[in-house]
Amino acid sequence: MNRLGNFVIKSGRNAYKSDICTRSLASAAAQRKSTSVDPQDDKNRPNYSFVSNIFRGQVESKEMFPYPDVLSAEQKEFTNSLVDPFENFFSNVNNSVKNEENCQIEQSTLDHMWELGCFGLQPEEEYGGLGLNNTQNARMAQIVGAHDLGVGVTLGAHQSIGYKGIFLYGTPEQKQKYLPKVTTGRTFAAFCLTEPSSGSDAASIKASAKLSDDGKHYILNGSKIWISNGGICDIMTVFARTSEKHLTAFIVERGFGGVTSGPPENKMGIKCSNTTEVFYEDVKIPVENVLGEVGDGFKVAMNILNNGRYGMGATLSGTMKACIEKAVNHANNRLQFGNKIKEYGAIQEKIARMTMLQYVTESMSFQIAQNMDSGSLDYHLEAAISKVFSSESAWYVCDEAIQVLGGMGYMKDTGLEKVLRDIRIFRIFEGSNDILRLFVALTGIQYAGANLKELQKALKNPASNLGFLSQEVSRRAMKQIGIGGCNLGTFVAPALKSQADSISQCIDLFGKTVESLLVKYNKNIIHEQFLLNCLANSAIDIYGSVVCLSRASRAVELNLPTAEHEVSLTKAWCTEASVKIVDNLTRTSSRNYQEIFREMKNISKTVCDNEGVNTTHIV
Amino acid sequence: MARVLVGVKRVIDYAVKIRVKPDKTGVVTEGVKHSMNPFDEIAVEEAVKMKEKKLATEVVAVSVGPAQSQETLRTALAMGVDRGIHVEISGKDFELLQPIHVSKILAKLAQEEKADLVVLGKQAIDDDSNQTAQMTAALLDWPQGTFCAKIEKTDAGLTIAREVDGGVETIKTKVPAVLSADLRLNTPRYATLPNIMKAKKKPIKKVTAKDLGVDTTPRIEILSVEDPPVRQAGTIVPDVDALIAKLKEGGHI
Repeated sequence: MNRLGNFVIKSGRNAYKSDICTRSLASAAAQRKSTSVDPQDDKNRPNYSFVSNIFRGQVESKEMFPYPDVLSAEQKEFTNSLVDPFENFFSNVNNSVKNEENCQIEQSTLDHMWELGCFGLQPEEEYGGLGLNNTQNARMAQIVGAHDLGVGVTLGAHQSIGYKGIFLYGTPEQKQKYLPKVTTGRTFAAFCLTEPSSGSDAASIKASAKLSDDGKHYILNGSKIWISNGGICDIMTVFARTSEKHLTAFIVERGFGGVTSGPPENKMGIKCSNTTEVFYEDVKIPVENVLGEVGDGFKVAMNILNNGRYGMGATLSGTMKACIEKAVNHANNRLQFGNKIKEYGAIQEKIARMTMLQYVTESMSFQIAQNMDSGSLDYHLEAAISKVFSSESAWYVCDEAIQVLGGMGYMKDTGLEKVLRDIRIFRIFEGSNDILRLFVALTGIQYAGANLKELQKALKNPASNLGFLSQEVSRRAMKQIGIGGCNLGTFVAPALKSQADSISQCIDLFGKTVESLLVKYNKNIIHEQFLLNCLANSAIDIYGSVVCLSRASRAVELNLPTAEHEVSLTKAWCTEASVKIVDNLTRTSSRNYQEIFREMKNISKTVCDNEGVNTTHIV
Repeated sequence: MARVLVGVKRVIDYAVKIRVKPDKTGVVTEGVKHSMNPFDEIAVEEAVKMKEKKLATEVVAVSVGPAQSQETLRTALAMGVDRGIHVEISGKDFELLQPIHVSKILAKLAQEEKADLVVLGKQAIDDDSNQTAQMTAALLDWPQGTFCAKIEKTDAGLTIAREVDGGVETIKTKVPAVLSADLRLNTPRYATLPNIMKAKKKPIKKVTAKDLGVDTTPRIEILSVEDPPVRQAGTIVPDVDALIAKLKEGGHI
């Protein structure tokens, strides 16, 4: 458990690089100071993350309202002009069924993809890329998601994580040497972090790289598991231990010698993507292939993952759209009991829920991508939420689409069972949802805790902190009498005022809950995963609601033809979410739930001790 | 055949379900996906192929229409056209623009640009006029080859296979000439993403109809645009007698 605490704190520190309250959680391994001047390292920089600030019970609107709109008219036109050729490739050239049957993408299809330019969406033109920003990249990802997630994972493993490190941290020489190969040179890249004994606990990797005696090479030994593109890549970003406490990222070429890969794994879904083990035996890596600073490997790994997470939401929003189309097509045509089944409430609820989930997912990923494009540094919690939310929503949407289609949905030819199998991995890889929930809750708590610490410190010396104290006192007093609390009402379209008010109250309650949990458990809160999950679920619902309030208000503002529909989606979503949020938050202090959680701990312990269910059979 | 001029029209995308405006003055175009007229894509593909085979040295695309027509020109540029000319016409003049106006504009540009060949789509999928190529040829007094299914360079000029009712007609023509592309002439390519990006840097010249001395003042007035009548639901009759009775009742037999 302490290990998990470390994981969260380290990535939390990487996210904010401030000294906030790490002591109140657990002692993290000392972080090596980066020599580069990174804006993330600025301790006094304000944190504009909306999600972080709700942990203090506050609304930080800067990156939330109005809904961002970063593309110029020309960029929008350009992006839209990429859509048709991309769509055409997936509808007419790529054959997702054949890909799956063969457990690989056909060579002619791969050739077409290289020609089309889809392997180099983000790097600058000088490196053979298209130079798309995150928003434009997200638009492309949606198309991939709608058609073939196996191809999507191949593309993502290549450019969202495989060579993303070179793109983000590479020196000009590294970029010049490697990026043209991976954007247009038909060379695949892979991201090699996970090891047999190191999954969610990424800091525990064992692969080691030792500097050679002449100081010219690192000698890499170790093995990596479940590496997407592992068998087809020639360039990989590998993380290895360079000292007891520190990891370092390296650019490794298969051609260095000593690199081998295992047979392709037989998976549940995304079968056409290549997943293998990769082994390193005395691989000689030239020192100039260190990516980022020596010892900064963990930070490099986390930032690559953080940087690409929005893409998963965008991809899956496309997948959900495609599932909904299939379901609606059936609902519009299937006649039972004398009516089209779309006339029945049971089906209407399904279609409405699927649509809401797609709307929230899409709104989240494009909010994050656009904020990243306008220079946001505080998107990590939002990105983690979007990954969790999108992967769970996609599962629900695809599952319900199958249900709407009934027996037809269960048939292979309908195409949904493949999507369901493909989607399953998204809750597991690139930071499992369980870990990301804890990451959101603990990072948020840490940020809230810092504020409390400041308050405690100020109370010790009230005279010199009068300003801060009186501000804090009046803020709290006002909240007590019901004014001065969060107010989202001013940011939203008039039609959404009432939903904005309910969610504002939820944020107030959320802040209070975090504070009382901190007071009650102090640093031991990291051991309360049942409670942390309640907090994370509330944070997810609050963020999802506010992002919809923002997007739907934009639709009203711009007088879009779909504005009324978007308002209706948002109303339904927020109203239900506020009920769920209050329920989740109440659980943290409810006697009933204390008992439920205690019993669940006991049940789990008994079953684990018994190595299976432990009830006496009736017969 | 140094220079080929192709016409590209911006039309409502073929896959869009067309809706008539409530006031019956036209169809809804706002917020509706537009693309290059599919027959014009075929014309562009043919011209670009000619350039690739070194039969042409330069391909110039022309689009006549509102500001958004530049998007259509960009598509042509991404497919391999060298440069674009945008003849901007908007408002009432555009809504009521007729093939005769476009023909005059194209004829004038063919002369100004010293084009050796004009390749157009046989018709646009929005108004289905099928007139522009023919009238352009007439205005220029050039030979014409319409509904081309195959175009081959021969010593004296071009050999063209034309799709006519019930078969294919092969003709020979000298250049300069005006051709119109039929469906089976070729399969247009989709632009690759890097080419779309490069197209951003290719030049698009903007001119007005006035610059070209063409008067685009509307000559027609639209009285009403209406949806096709909705098909009535059918009924199933129990037997042949009932069917005959029904037919008699309707006055069909």
